[in-house]
Amino acid sequence: MAEMLTVENLRVRFRARTPWLARLKRTSPSFIEAVCGVSFGIGEGETYALVGESGSGKTTLAFALTGLVKVDSGSIRFRGEELRGLSDRALKTHRRHMALMFQDPVGSLSPRLSVQSLLTEPFKIHGVEGVDRDSEARRLLSVVGLSSDIAARYPHQLSGGQARRVGVARALALSPKLLVADEPTAGLDVSVQGEVLNLLGGLKKQLGISILIITHNLSIVRHVADRMAIMYLGRFVEEGPTEAVFANPRHPYTLALLSATPEPDPDAVLKEIELHGEVPSLLERPTGCEFHPRCPFARPRCRQLPPPITQVNEGHWLSCHYPVEEGYLAA
Amino acid sequence: MSGNVLEVRDLSVGYSSPRGRVRALRNVSLRVPADEIVGIVGESGCGKSTLLAAIIGLLDNNATIEGGAIKLEGRDLLRLSPREVRALRGDRVSIIFQNPMTTLNPVLSIGTQMCDYQHRLGLSRTEKRRRAAEMLTRVGIPDAEHRLDQYPHQFSGGMIQRISIAMALQSEPRLLIADEPTTALDATLEIQILHQLRELRRSFRCSILFVSHHLGIISEICDEVSVMYAGEVVEQGNVRDIFHDARHPYTQKLLECDPARIKRKTEHLPTIPGDIPDLVELAPGCVFADRCERAFSPCRVEIPVRRRVSDGHYACCHLETETAVDG
Amino acid sequence: MTTEATVLAPSSAWRTIWQGLARVLREPLGCLGLALVLTMAGSAILADLIVPFDPIAINPRARLEPPSWEHLLGTDQLGRDLFSRVIMGGRIALEVALFCVSLALVFGVGLGMLAGFGPRWLDNALILLFDTLRSFPTVMFALAIVTVLGPSVNTVILVVVIISIPNYGRIVRAQTQSLKNSPFILAERAMGASMARILSIHMLPNVLGPMLILASMDIPVVITIEAGLSFLGLGVRPPTPSWGTILNDGYAFIRNSPWPIIAGGIPLIMTTLGFTFLGEVLRDTFDPKLRRYG
Repeated sequence: MAEMLTVENLRVRFRARTPWLARLKRTSPSFIEAVCGVSFGIGEGETYALVGESGSGKTTLAFALTGLVKVDSGSIRFRGEELRGLSDRALKTHRRHMALMFQDPVGSLSPRLSVQSLLTEPFKIHGVEGVDRDSEARRLLSVVGLSSDIAARYPHQLSGGQARRVGVARALALSPKLLVADEPTAGLDVSVQGEVLNLLGGLKKQLGISILIITHNLSIVRHVADRMAIMYLGRFVEEGPTEAVFANPRHPYTLALLSATPEPDPDAVLKEIELHGEVPSLLERPTGCEFHPRCPFARPRCRQLPPPITQVNEGHWLSCHYPVEEGYLAA
Repeated sequence: MSGNVLEVRDLSVGYSSPRGRVRALRNVSLRVPADEIVGIVGESGCGKSTLLAAIIGLLDNNATIEGGAIKLEGRDLLRLSPREVRALRGDRVSIIFQNPMTTLNPVLSIGTQMCDYQHRLGLSRTEKRRRAAEMLTRVGIPDAEHRLDQYPHQFSGGMIQRISIAMALQSEPRLLIADEPTTALDATLEIQILHQLRELRRSFRCSILFVSHHLGIISEICDEVSVMYAGEVVEQGNVRDIFHDARHPYTQKLLECDPARIKRKTEHLPTIPGDIPDLVELAPGCVFADRCERAFSPCRVEIPVRRRVSDGHYACCHLETETAVDG
Repeated sequence: MTTEATVLAPSSAWRTIWQGLARVLREPLGCLGLALVLTMAGSAILADLIVPFDPIAINPRARLEPPSWEHLLGTDQLGRDLFSRVIMGGRIALEVALFCVSLALVFGVGLGMLAGFGPRWLDNALILLFDTLRSFPTVMFALAIVTVLGPSVNTVILVVVIISIPNYGRIVRAQTQSLKNSPFILAERAMGASMARILSIHMLPNVLGPMLILASMDIPVVITIEAGLSFLGLGVRPPTPSWGTILNDGYAFIRNSPWPIIAGGIPLIMTTLGFTFLGEVLRDTFDPKLRRYG
C-alpha cells in the first residue's frame, strides 16, 4: 500500500518554565515532552485511529502533523515529501491536501460567518480561481448530506450534528488527501455519532482519502479504523490492526481502556481491570516502563527498565515487558 | 409511597422565547425510592437539565412551572417559600455537577470550602475541619488532613470530582443529584468514580438521581432508569427491563445506536434519522412519531398515555396496547 | 426569508446597512436613540440654515434674558442668542467627537489586535506604549501639547485621540488573546489562512461589536473633554461657540440666570442618551447570537 503519511521518531517539546527564570536560576530550561518518539504510517485510503486519554499527547501529535505546533525532531513525510524544515509558504500548498477537523463542532466554526461563507473560505484562503464558489458550496453541502438552505445559517443556529457535517464539508472543500479528525464524535448524541462516522466511512470509500481519527472512545474505533495505536504519556504502547488489537489486546493499558468502556448491559460480566491513580504529570515521568505505577501486573523489572518495542504478530507492535497473554479477555 | 425520597408528578415546565412558548417538559413523572440509584438518560434537548433545575429550584427567569408537583420526602417543593427551598438545598439535597473544576471556587482552599458547607451544623472550626478531612478520606483522597490547605488547581480532575462528591455528601443528604458527573473524566477514572459512588450510596444510605447521556454508565450504576425524549419520559423501569426488554421504539433505537453495544465490526452504524421536534409548535400525537419507523395512524393523532408493561416498567407508546392485547 | 436571500446572493454593503437599520428600528430604544442622534446630527449639518442669530453677535441690551419667542433658549451674559450658540456648538462638539472616536477606534482596534495576535515582543512594546500614554494626566498632557502646537480644535482632537487609543487597544488586545486559541481560529490557521485574513475576517467582527458600543458611549465623554479643555482655554477659542464654553460661561452666572446652564446641559444629556441607546442596539445587531429570528 502506498504510504500517505509516514511519521518517524517524532518529538514535540514544550518549555515548562519561562526561559529567563530558568536562566536566573542557572538551571537548564526543563521541557515537557508531549510527544516522544512516535513512529507510524498511514496508507492511502486507510483509516488510522490514535487512542488515548487526556494528556496522552494525541492532540499535540495531530497539531504537529498539521503545522500548528512546532516539531522538535523526527520526520513527517507526506506523500513522499518531508514537511519538516519547509517554509510557511511551502507548507501552505501541503495544507491544501491535509485537512484538520477540530473537536468542538460548533466552536470550530467562525461564529460571525454564515455557512455559505464558511464553505467558500478555503477557496479564498488558497486563492483557488476558476470555480463557481457558490455552486461548489452547494455541492459540498450535498456531499455531507445537508440541504442547501443551511447555507444561510450561522453556526449557533446549527445542531451539533449539522455543525459537524459543515466541518466535514469545509475540510473536504479542497479535496484533501488526508483528513485529520480530532474527536469527531465528541459532544454529539449517540444517535448522531453514527451519522458522522458513516459519513466519514463513506468519504473514505468514495474519495479514497486517508483519515486519521483521534479519540478516547474505543467503541467507535472498532468500527471505523483499519489500524490503531494506543498512546500513553506521549508514546505508543500498543499499535496494530484494529481487529487484532481488539481481539488480542496485549498491553495492560489497552486492556484497562477496553474494560473501562461500560457496555450498555446491566448483566455484562467483563474481566475488569481497574486502574488506580491517575495519569502522572509529564514533568515527573515514572522510571522504567512509564505505566508501571498504575499497572496491575507490574513487576520489579518494569520499574527499572523501559520496555523494548516488540512485534507480537504481523504489524502488531507492543511496548511491554510482560504482555498479557493472548485471549485474556475471552477467558 | 412514603418510601420515595423524591417524587415528581406530572411536572410541566415552559420557557418563554421570542418565538413563543417552549414546552420544555410535559407531564414528567419520576420516583426515586430510598437508597436507590435512578438514572435519567436522554440526548441533548430531551429536557434533563430543565428537570434537574426544576428539582433544585434553580430554573431560569424565563421559565415557569405550568403544573405538577415535586415532592421531596413528602413535601411539595413547589408550595414552599424560596427560603424553605434554599434550606433544603445542600442539606437534604446535594448536587454534583459535570465540570468539577468550575464548581469549586479557585481562590479558596479546599478546607475552607468544605467547612463553609457545614455552616448549618454550628460546629467549632476544628470540628468542621476534622469532619472535612474524614470525608476526604472516605472518598479516597490520601493524606486528607494536609490536602485541606490546598487549592483546587493543585488537584487533578479526578481528585476534584472526588472532592466535590465529598462536599455533596458532607451534609448527609437523602438525595444526591449527579449531573453527568463523569463526562469530563477519562474512561479509566470514570469507572473509579462510578464504583466509588455506588459504595458511598451504601455507606451513606442516600438515593442518587444520576443523569447521563451515556448508556453504558447508566446500565453500570443505576437500579432504575427513565428514558427522556423531547421533554417527556417515554419509558421507565428497572435497569434490566430497559436494557433487555425496551418497549418504546426510541429506547430501542437508542440502544441500537450505541457503538459500544455493537461487537462485530460494521461499516454502517445505525442512527436515528431526523431531528427533535420543535417544542414551540408541537404536532399532535406522539413526540417521536416523526422519527419512528413503526409509527401508525393513532401516533399522529393522540398523545400516548403511560402504559404498564410489567411491574414497575412503563412505556408511553401506542404500540404497547397492541403487544398487550397480543400477549 | 429575506436573510436567506441576502446571504446566498453576494450582498452589497448598502443592503447590509439597510438591514442593520431595520433591526435598529425594531427596538423602541433604538428608535429613540436614532431619533436623538439624527436630531443632533441634522441640526449640526443644517446649523447655518437653522440659527436665527449670529451666534457670536453681542447684544448688551439683552443680557441673561429668559427664553422668549425671539430667543428660544434665552441669552447669555453678553446677550448672545443661546439657541444659535447651542446649535453651532453642537456642530463643533459632534465634529470633534466623531472624528476623535473614529480615529481612536481605528488605531485602537488595529494596534490592539496586533498586540493580541502578533509576536510577543510586539505585544510587550505596544502594552508599554499604552501604559505610558495612560499614565499621563489628561490635562497635563493637553497642556504639554498646547505649548507645542498652540490652542485649537486640532489640539483637542490630537489629545483626545492619543488618550483614547490605549482604552480601545487594551480591551481589543484582551479579546484577541482570548479568541486566539479558540477552536475556530485554530481551524483557520490549520487551513493556512494568513494573519491579515484571520484578523480582518474572523477576529474583527468578533471584537468590533463591543468596541462600537464603547465608542458610541465615548462620544459624550469626548464632548465633555472638549468642553473642559475649551474652558481652560486649551481648546475651542472664544468667541466660537461650544457646549463646553456655554456651560462654563453659564456656571459663572448661575446666580443671575439658570438658562445658560440649561441650554448647554440639555443637548449634552440628549446626546449622551441618544448615543448610548443606539450603541446598545447596535451591539445586539452586530452579534448574530443575540439576533432574533422569526
